Amino acid sequence: MTLDIQKIRADFPVLDQQVNGSPLIYFDNAATTQKPKSVIDALSHYYASDNANIHRGIHALAERATTAFELTRTKIKEFINAPSSDQIILTAGTTGSINLVAQTFGRANFSKGDKILISNLEHHSNIVPWQMIAEEKGAVIEVIPVDERGVLDLEAYRNLLDTSVKLVAVNHVSNAIGTINPIAEMIQLAHVHGAKVMIDGAQSIAHLDIDVQALDIDFFAFSAHKLFGPTGVGVLYGKRELLESMPPYQGGGEMIKEVSFDGTTYNELPYKFEAGTPNIADVIAFSAAIDYVNALSKEALFTQELALLAYATEQLSTIPGLRIIGTAPEKIAVISFVMDGIHPQDLGVLLDKFGIAIRTGHHCVQPLMKRFELPGTCRASFAFYNTFEEIDLFVKALRRSINMLQ
Amino acid sequence: MAQSIQETQEELIEEFGLFDDWADKYEYLIDLGKKLPSLSDDLKTEENVIKGCQSRVWLHAEKQGDQIVFEADSEAVIVKGLISMLIRVLSNHTAEEIMKADLYFIDQFGMSQHLAQTRSNGLLSMVKQMKNYALAFSAK
Ligand SMILES: Cc1ncc(COP(=O)(O)O)c(C=O)c1O
Repeated sequence: MTLDIQKIRADFPVLDQQVNGSPLIYFDNAATTQKPKSVIDALSHYYASDNANIHRGIHALAERATTAFELTRTKIKEFINAPSSDQIILTAGTTGSINLVAQTFGRANFSKGDKILISNLEHHSNIVPWQMIAEEKGAVIEVIPVDERGVLDLEAYRNLLDTSVKLVAVNHVSNAIGTINPIAEMIQLAHVHGAKVMIDGAQSIAHLDIDVQALDIDFFAFSAHKLFGPTGVGVLYGKRELLESMPPYQGGGEMIKEVSFDGTTYNELPYKFEAGTPNIADVIAFSAAIDYVNALSKEALFTQELALLAYATEQLSTIPGLRIIGTAPEKIAVISFVMDGIHPQDLGVLLDKFGIAIRTGHHCVQPLMKRFELPGTCRASFAFYNTFEEIDLFVKALRRSINMLQ
Repeated sequence: MAQSIQETQEELIEEFGLFDDWADKYEYLIDLGKKLPSLSDDLKTEENVIKGCQSRVWLHAEKQGDQIVFEADSEAVIVKGLISMLIRVLSNHTAEEIMKADLYFIDQFGMSQHLAQTRSNGLLSMVKQMKNYALAFSAK
């Protein structure tokens, strides 16, 4: 299947606009992806026609809203090939999912001297929740190092693994430099030592095929907004026996079976972990995003993105003094770079004047920036709706900006 | 008698008024940034760093007679250009003048969207910090 990019672009209303007098070029897809019209329509349709609180009402609207809400759960289950919908916990985002695991699984399973392995590539969202629970429990965090290319050192990982490791928490793909980590192998190794594995899939969900069963993942987290869906929705997948053995997270409505002043019994999966009225509208609209991706061929999307990556890498390499940070052989379409003698922020400010949106700064991975001894980088991250022509315009604007700054 | 804060602002507005093209404005700003003398390393202390900026920005203030003199630096040259303008407007004035100053010039450049609203360039934090110095000196 070949993609008709112009037709695809027409599905994303936000792309059709001028910014500072030039057509918008959106290269900040790792921060958040744009939304197809079907998602935007689903959101307004819900509020215009179906708005009701779910799971409790017996009236028609409540019924419709509940059905649509639960349908999204089923679609998510299929999207990541989970064995069953009740293993799909809906949260507010990747960050919410990781905190949930830290505060429930971590609280129940970590004790003094236990180890949590994370990597030098992690987003702050996959560092801080572990630090918080580790501090409380007296557990220790150890870090898998990365090499110059931004590839995890698997030898070091093997050496760090032993029976005191209770959990390995790593990202599938690095948000700052795009490295795809060999999670299948890492999970297998962790399991040999009895450790569970939490995969932060924030950056892989839109760019790689995910099969949580084939990969034997214990916990998998991602955000809908990085998969062309709305903000404020996240997913936590967990293996059934783990989710069942974990204590609840927040208390409130939805998550209970029976409440009395003598004690409370908790609801079953997934509701045990979904206290309070959830983000109904955005969950329902997320369904349209999954449909959108499913209707195109995932393989064709990924092929387009990798072609963009290859082309952009080649074009950027022709700029003297420009250094690409993150040169792993396995990458998604993210390019981080720095320019000799120029602060990333200056490039970001000028590119914006050309209507080009990139990200500059530390990308919420300060320990990784420290590893590369950089204050930050410029990051261009692509999605399938980006074009080769946009890359040409970007490189031209970048050369012009560099000239202005040198 | 030295120029007032208002007069300097008018002067800057006039200088920037000469350019219609954003690129020329930014080139001028970059030029101002490059011309601003660097802060000596012993003044680039953690204490002098202004929080809330994406690039590191250092601000040092000193009282000379009844006037406050600012020196500042940044890793990013566009930010340094902004600093250079703030110093030109606020430095060598009394604490009272600085505290009272209404900095309207930024809004008049047609660049205000970038200069004033984004938290990451720290312009607002910088102005606030300069006024804090003035307050601190006037209390002494
Ligand atoms: C690798 C990674 N993990 C976690 C997150 C946090 O996601 P959210 O802010 O949607 O919770 C991000 C978002 O940038 C990310 O890239």
